[in-house]
Amino acid sequence: MFRRLHDPKADAVTIEFEGEILKVDPRETVAAAVLAADPDFSRTTPVSGAKRLPFCMMGACFDCLMEIDGVANRQACMVRVRNGMKVRRQTGKRGLDA
Amino acid sequence: MSEAVDLVIIGGGPAGLAAAVEADGFGLSVALLDEQPAPGGQIYRAIESVPADMLALLGEDYLAGAKLAAELRESGATYLPDASVWRVDEDGTVAFSREGRGQTVKAGRVLVATGAIERPTPIPGWTLPGVMSAGGAQVLLKSAGMVPSGRVAVAGCGPLALLITQQLVAAGADVAALLETTRASHYIAAAPHLLKAIPARDYLRKGMQMRRDIKRAGVRIHSGVEHLAAAGNEKVDAVRFSRGVSQTEIPVDTLLLHFGVTPNTQITRQTFCEHEWYEPQRYWRPVRDEWGATSQDNIAIAGDGAGIDGAAAAALSGRLAAIDAAWRKGMIDLAEKQRRSDLILTDMATHKAIRPLLDTLFPPPPDICAPPDESTIVCRCEEVTAGGVREAVALGAMGPNQLKAFTRCGMGPCQGRMCGLTVSELVAGARGEAVPDVGYYRIRPPIKPVTMGELAAMSE
Repeated sequence: MFRRLHDPKADAVTIEFEGEILKVDPRETVAAAVLAADPDFSRTTPVSGAKRLPFCMMGACFDCLMEIDGVANRQACMVRVRNGMKVRRQTGKRGLDA
Repeated sequence: MSEAVDLVIIGGGPAGLAAAVEADGFGLSVALLDEQPAPGGQIYRAIESVPADMLALLGEDYLAGAKLAAELRESGATYLPDASVWRVDEDGTVAFSREGRGQTVKAGRVLVATGAIERPTPIPGWTLPGVMSAGGAQVLLKSAGMVPSGRVAVAGCGPLALLITQQLVAAGADVAALLETTRASHYIAAAPHLLKAIPARDYLRKGMQMRRDIKRAGVRIHSGVEHLAAAGNEKVDAVRFSRGVSQTEIPVDTLLLHFGVTPNTQITRQTFCEHEWYEPQRYWRPVRDEWGATSQDNIAIAGDGAGIDGAAAAALSGRLAAIDAAWRKGMIDLAEKQRRSDLILTDMATHKAIRPLLDTLFPPPPDICAPPDESTIVCRCEEVTAGGVREAVALGAMGPNQLKAFTRCGMGPCQGRMCGLTVSELVAGARGEAVPDVGYYRIRPPIKPVTMGELAAMSE
């Protein structure tokens, strides 16, 4: 959905999103990195299972909730990428084990 | 942090930054809690790290943040980035999480400088992937150097809608159109305020320049649009609108919505500050004096969170709050307080001079305040529709808080940030009452997510 104006430079890091390896800039938030990978959705809603992508990018809408390094309900727009990070879509409500 | 701090500032935008530097200058102990990793808030987001070639694109107003950020770094104020404040008590205790640990700090005075959020934009289809707020796209531009990859349209009203369109065009995005709800009658209504706005004519010049740049780039501006809707199956593929009797559909991959910004009242609500309804822009703001003192003794407010006046005014209001804090601590007397603030208050009046014009030119459309279409989602978190809200009122829900019990509306993770204003308007309309009488959601802590682990770490 979004594209970078500049490719990640020498200090690029890699994260994994749903099994796909992404090369990202260390300044990016997880939400930005995920949007640049052009997914159809980053979570499904608890009520109806509707597909959502991040909306506000500033921590207000909570539509960017994703599972980051095994912990769900994290606002992807408020978390900076780290080398080796594992990011997964959040499916509905957060489970007890994530 | 166990010792008490004279002034705890929440928020790293222009108000917070200017307040920190000013307060430190008086010798007050200052801590600035910023949920972002670097200073700037939203308006000056990523100001310290943005590449040089982006600065020209983002504009001269953005550059003003660099000085504020540098002054903070040079000051003696304690700057704590990545600090998520989740509770503020009336006695000045602030609870926040940082580096995986919950912590508290006891403040002599708390300055809330958490700024504004965008007004909710409930049009049909606004929850579809591909629909974002204009501010969201601007964050991606500033902090990640990204633009929409496909075709993008911007819809709404207000200076930010114009600005993001111009910035995206300059960045090489494929901008299909700017759809503005502003019509001739708005210009007519705003005209009487033109004379008063002359001290702030710089804002007008910039606005006209943005329109010229957009048109020169070949982007079509449709004015007076109504009945905006995002169309698509599992993601947005077109934006629909009408003008008079004609209806148009423009294919897009991304739709950016913006209908103005409103004060972020989560903390002022959570601390039981009194609020008042500002009719011209239909939002709530905390009741405060010219120094930012609220109805709560230990809580002050500065910046757009006190009322939308823009970044320059925000910095000035931060300084006034700091001067007030110094006076309250007995570091300066009343004469000194007035002497130091005279010029600031004059400056402030200049920047505030544009507001009557802007507020009248860009009022939020009635359909955005209270969506007429019953199937339009109002509460994004719990997927409650406008029809669902009206039905609950018909069944007896008397206000936003009772509505929570009927529908779970407002009980999702965003805690009403995306639906609060809409719900108050819908309930008021359905009950035939004024919005100020209907009131707003009660906001309870934690106002940001906090984990059990972060809470447990507090006792260590």
